Amino acid sequence: MIDDAALRDEGFAATGGGRVLVVACGALAHEILAIKATNGLDHLDLQCLPAILHNHPDRIAPAVESAVTERRDAYERVFVAYADCGTGGALATTCARLGVEMIAGPHCYAFFDGLDRFAARDEIDAFYLTDFLARQFDAFVTRPLGLDRHPELREAYFGNYRTLVYLAQTEDAALTERARAAAAALGLAFERRFVGYGELTDALTSA
Amino acid sequence: MSDEDDIILSELNDEELVQQMFDDLYDGLKEEIEEGVNILLERGWEPYRILTEALVGGMTIVGHDFRDGILFVPEVLLAANAMKGGMAILKPLLAETGAPRVGKMVIGTVKGDIHDIGKNLVGMMMEGAGFEVVDIGINNPVENYIETARTEGADIIGMSALLTTTMPYMKVVIDGLVAEGIRDDYIVLVGGAPLNEEFGKAIGADAYCRDAAVAVETAKEWMARKHNQMSA
Repeated sequence: MIDDAALRDEGFAATGGGRVLVVACGALAHEILAIKATNGLDHLDLQCLPAILHNHPDRIAPAVESAVTERRDAYERVFVAYADCGTGGALATTCARLGVEMIAGPHCYAFFDGLDRFAARDEIDAFYLTDFLARQFDAFVTRPLGLDRHPELREAYFGNYRTLVYLAQTEDAALTERARAAAAALGLAFERRFVGYGELTDALTSA
Repeated sequence: MSDEDDIILSELNDEELVQQMFDDLYDGLKEEIEEGVNILLERGWEPYRILTEALVGGMTIVGHDFRDGILFVPEVLLAANAMKGGMAILKPLLAETGAPRVGKMVIGTVKGDIHDIGKNLVGMMMEGAGFEVVDIGINNPVENYIETARTEGADIIGMSALLTTTMPYMKVVIDGLVAEGIRDDYIVLVGGAPLNEEFGKAIGADAYCRDAAVAVETAKEWMARKHNQMSA
């Protein structure tokens, strides 16, 4: 089991095996390794960037570019396991320039749920968690927003949200309780949807 | 920014008190700001002077340190909350005392987006700079901007978005203004974390504003241009 704190702050180094390098967000490491194992995708070698980059989306495209250019010569091809992820098209532009493919859609919530289904929901007042974010809620939400020191700011951040939707990748009762506690901490209604790996599986099998 | 407990605000002279209010704003101390405002009022300061010299002056320091990466969003929100406390005292008095009115702005977050922290900060700082602000809230379709700007006789339309998926809607609003033949009646300012100057230009906004302080300065500049054009 890879340490979540390491995935958050440092990422995960490729082992050097496999023909295809997957440059991914650290928040997807567990899921990608599970898909790889289940589907026998031994040709994939996973390199993860720190998941905390998501708190500074402007840093994602440069970090991906650096990872791709540093390692691409050792592989037949590279696949970027990020969606747009708040980069405003910057990551797509970078990937197009580098000649590498990436995952379609706005973010992992969308491809876990399914792009069309997610778009059709049009849930503008939902705050999403995945398995990784449910485990790392304090590191990605509570502490960066200062809610541990200033709980009175909750309304300013989340006053317009209605529901915390936990898009579960796995059946894990303990994790569901953590997500439910996160919803309570934010003063939001709680909903759990089991979505599994969604369209991430197809993206990786065609990588 | 320490030993606040030992400081009795009413014992400070005006200059020391304003300096202390800068510190208290920086530290997000709402009650102290309210006390400072009341003391200055008792000493005969005009409400507009308190607003500009003590509150806006203090928030400007907060804004600079946010821009420079010294302060972060939680601290800015606490400071804004403290400033709001002071403004709540001053607002009714400003109307009574005929404070200068620089212009009128309609501001809102675009359709599909419920994020309003940036919008609220801009609105507050614009009010602090003497603008009248009509806040139309979140998740606004094009009609809300156009109707409110018309009925309120606004000078400026301000649009905010936090999401890369919602920021393109700003162009829908601008296109709506063009279609109505009223685009040039308004100064259109846009802002939000995923935006940049290039995007602002591409959608036909008059200016992209990086933060609340820039929004205020930009609004003032464009209002001055508007007045110059009218008097030319």
